This record gives sequence, structure tokens and C-alpha cells, in this order.
Amino acid sequence: MIKKGDWVQIHVIVLEPEQRAASVPEDTHQLPLEMWVKGHMLNESAELGDTISVLTITGRTVEGRLCAVNPSYNHSFGNFIPELLEIDATVKGIVFGGDR
Amino acid sequence: MQDNSYNAVMARKNQIMKAAVGMDYDDFESGSIAFDYEGMMAATGYTIDSVRKIQHDYNIGDTPLIELKNITALARACAPAGFGARIFVKDEAANLSGSFKVRRACTSIYHAKRMGYKGVIAATSGNYGAAVAACAAKAGLKCIVVQECFDSHGVGQPEIVEKARKCEALGAEVVQLTVGPELFYMFLRMLEDTEYFNASLYTPFGVAGVETLGWEIAQQFRARFDRDPDMVVATNAGGGNLTGTARGLLKAGCNAEVVAASVNLRGLHMASDTQFNLKSFTTGHTGFGMPFATWPDRSDVPRSAARPLRYMDRYVTVNQGEVFYITEALAVLEGMEKGPAGNTSLAAAFALAQQLPADKCIVVQETEYTGAGKHVNAQLSFARQNGIDIHFGDPETDVPGKNIVFPSHPSLIKARPADMEHLRASLIHHAVKTIDHAPTDEDIAFLAEETKTGADFVRNHLV
Repeated sequence: MIKKGDWVQIHVIVLEPEQRAASVPEDTHQLPLEMWVKGHMLNESAELGDTISVLTITGRTVEGRLCAVNPSYNHSFGNFIPELLEIDATVKGIVFGGDR
Repeated sequence: MQDNSYNAVMARKNQIMKAAVGMDYDDFESGSIAFDYEGMMAATGYTIDSVRKIQHDYNIGDTPLIELKNITALARACAPAGFGARIFVKDEAANLSGSFKVRRACTSIYHAKRMGYKGVIAATSGNYGAAVAACAAKAGLKCIVVQECFDSHGVGQPEIVEKARKCEALGAEVVQLTVGPELFYMFLRMLEDTEYFNASLYTPFGVAGVETLGWEIAQQFRARFDRDPDMVVATNAGGGNLTGTARGLLKAGCNAEVVAASVNLRGLHMASDTQFNLKSFTTGHTGFGMPFATWPDRSDVPRSAARPLRYMDRYVTVNQGEVFYITEALAVLEGMEKGPAGNTSLAAAFALAQQLPADKCIVVQETEYTGAGKHVNAQLSFARQNGIDIHFGDPETDVPGKNIVFPSHPSLIKARPADMEHLRASLIHHAVKTIDHAPTDEDIAFLAEETKTGADFVRNHLV
């Protein structure tokens, strides 16, 4: 159970496909405009998927569907790209000589 | 209750902006194409000296100007005998928040604080968000950053996800959206609801903040070499980097050639959901650079202070694989691990140096911080996961969204010239479309300034 005051992330549909700007390309036009906001939950309790309100770090109240608790960062340096070693060897070889 | 539909909010755009920038853009309008650009820039009341003082108080600016002797040696190894200009870089990653963008944020936040705004909002997926967050933190202002971050599958561009993390680390609220220009609609709604200051990249405050960068380049170069650099290369997207730098150079009396550089992303639509995560550069690319150069007033303020065609002598493009290559070379030849997008101008300078005699000097005017997400390896890994073919070969075979071609030899890195006449004519065509009468003499003179040409050029391109 997720409690009042927990740090959560909500998901909001801002614009349905038919409400979108005329200028967007066709693939985008078929999709809603979605938004994610983080804040402290204002409801007494809720489960993932419930519609709740949050108080954001700047003090705004925003309503949306509860999608994460203590949302984390998962970005990284990715999988190793071996081609970079070949670039390193080439440029060092040119500037400093073959045995670098 | 207030109508918050898309059309209703967009219709309130001008009144929302007037309240959120504290400036009435109508004061500078002629009623036709022309407007008083210099009057608008001067209306901030901030001079180079006062902006330098504000930035000094925020620990911004006076970044090192570093000679890249090994990158220069690599360029000379690729150039004809006697060619290969000396390459210098302004290490803007050393700034608070890790990029030149903080120069832009600082003046806006200083002004917002002085005017009594309680907070600031910026619409940006780039380094500017962290820059605004950092300055707002120091000023004790609330800060909201609105990002275009995810595709419809909820997959975030790693570079943008990292910028969200940094903004939040600096105490800001980050609002993340899926792909689409309606970000501007959400931005307007939040400005209206919060009554915060619009810390736009495109106000006179923002661009005045970058003028110190050009000014410092001239002063630092003169102090060391008792002369001016011959060429300054600036990465170009929305145009503020180039505009501010060039204005600062001119204010210092430096007439170095100003070259714009962008990563070529031809064929990729910036508002396409399916193409959003097929690009490995989220800024510094032609998808922003070309449309903003040829029509600056597409920005988030009524009149953009970033007007790069007024200042650029040349515009060149480089490919994604070439920028990644030079970013890797910078790390292993100079010991400088930096973010790839900020090295767009370095990749261009590497090629341009080979066209200049060895006694000439080129200044690359920025670097940016790197880290998880916004790193060569992170971006290439993400590209590979998205089916982009990464291989060595001739960069001329580069197709954005399909492949990333590392040059099989650094001599294959090229700065490909954009057609300046075409760009200038395009700006004139855009401008003429905004009026329903023949351009006035004032309009002609204005467009000549806008395109760094003359009245004859403008008249010849009116149709």
C-alpha cells in the first residue's frame, strides 16, 4: 500500500489524439500527448494504477494515474562499444606513433 | 472556469508571455516585417560589464581557453603540407551545471529575482534545464523544467533522461512529455497557473548572457597571443549560442570569421514519435538549426533574440559518426572526456582547420559535461539497441536514423557547407509571408540586416 506523503510518479493524458495540434506528423497525431510528474502523494492511501493527486516539489497539485513509487533513474553508459577502441588506436597511432 | 483547451490556451499566448517575461514586445514592432532588434536587446538594461558581474557572482564564466595541440597534430596529419590551423577550445563544461547554457540562464534568473517573480519555468530537453535549475537554486527561486523526453512506448532518450536527473538533483521539478510541439501548450498552461517567469532561451536576457562568451574568447586570446583568433566555430541549434557569441566578439572589436556547425539529421522529423529515438543527438542538429536560422520567431517568445543569420559567415554540417569520432579523439588525445553534442563544433573545426594555413587559429567555443546517458558509449549503445547500423566507412554514406558511420580514417571527417544564399532567401520568404502588403523600405533594410546582406540581395529574393 502506498501512503500519503510517499514520493511517487503519476502519468497523465494531456491531449487525446483528436485534440492534438494540426501540424504534428501522422504517426504522432494518432497518439495522445502524455505527461509524467513526480510529487508527494496527497491521498491517504492508493495502489498503482489509482487516480491520485500529488504535491510537486514546487508546490503544484497535479492529478494523474499512480505509476511508480520512489521513481529511480536507470540510464547508464550502455553496453560497451568495441569500435571506440579502434578509434583510440587509430588516432593515437597517427599522433604518437604505432606503438601507442 | 477558464478554458484550457489547446486552442484556447494558444489564443492567450501573447498575454501569457507578456506577464511571464515582463516585457511588452509590441514596443519594438513597426507593424510590418521590421522590428527594433537592437532596441529590444538594449531594453534589458544589462551591458557586457553588468552581465559579467552577475555571472561572476554566480561563479559562471572565465572558463579556460585550451589549445588542443594533439587534435591539431591529428588535423595536420590529414592536411596538405603547411595547412592545419591551431585549434583551441573554450572549456565551457567547467561552468556551473556543466555547459555554456548557464550563461544564458543566469541573466534570466537574476532578472526574474529582481522583478519579484517567485519561480521560473523553462521548456527545454537540453543542458539549459540544468543551467536554469542551478541558477534558480542559488537564487532561491522555484524552478520547473518541461521536457520532451519519451516516445509513446515510454522509452526516454538517454541524454534527456540524464538531464532530468540533473535538474532534479539541483532541486527543480521536471515535467516530462511524449513527443510533440504541444509541449508549448503545457508550458503556457504552467506559466499561467504559477505566474512564474519564462526563462526562455530566446529572450534578450538569455542571449545577452552568451555575449560574455564571445567577449572572453577575444580577451583571453589577445592576452595570450596579442592578436585575434581567425575563426570561431559555434554549434548551432536554436541560434542563441551563435548569436550571443558573435555579438560578444563584435562588442570586443573582434572580427573573426563566425562559422555555425550542426549535426546533419536530414530526413528525420523532429515531431515524429517513431523517429524520436532514432537520432543520437538531441540538440546541435539541423532539425533545429536550419528552421530556427531561417525563421527565428518560431521560438517560445514573440520575437527571438537569437537571430543567427545576422552573424554567421558560413554554416557547415557534420555527421553523427564524425562527432562521436572526434569526441573519442578528444578523450584519448587531450584527456578531455566531454559530451558529444557539445563537440559538434569541434568536429567541424577539425575539418576547417585543414583548409587553413598552419599559422591561423580557430576557437571552438564550447564543451559540455558528460555522464551516464549523455556519453559517446551511452548514445551509441542506445542507437545499436534501436537497430542503427554502426560501422566504419565513408561518412558520406551516412543516413540519419539508419546508420552511424565512423570515418575509417580521420581525414574523411568533413565540414560540408550549407547553401548560405538559400538559407538567407528562405528567411526572406518566411518574413514576407507574415504581411499582406509590399515590404516597406524599413522592411528591406531590416531583412538586409537579418541576412547579413544588402538591400539588393533582399530585393532580388522577394519573390
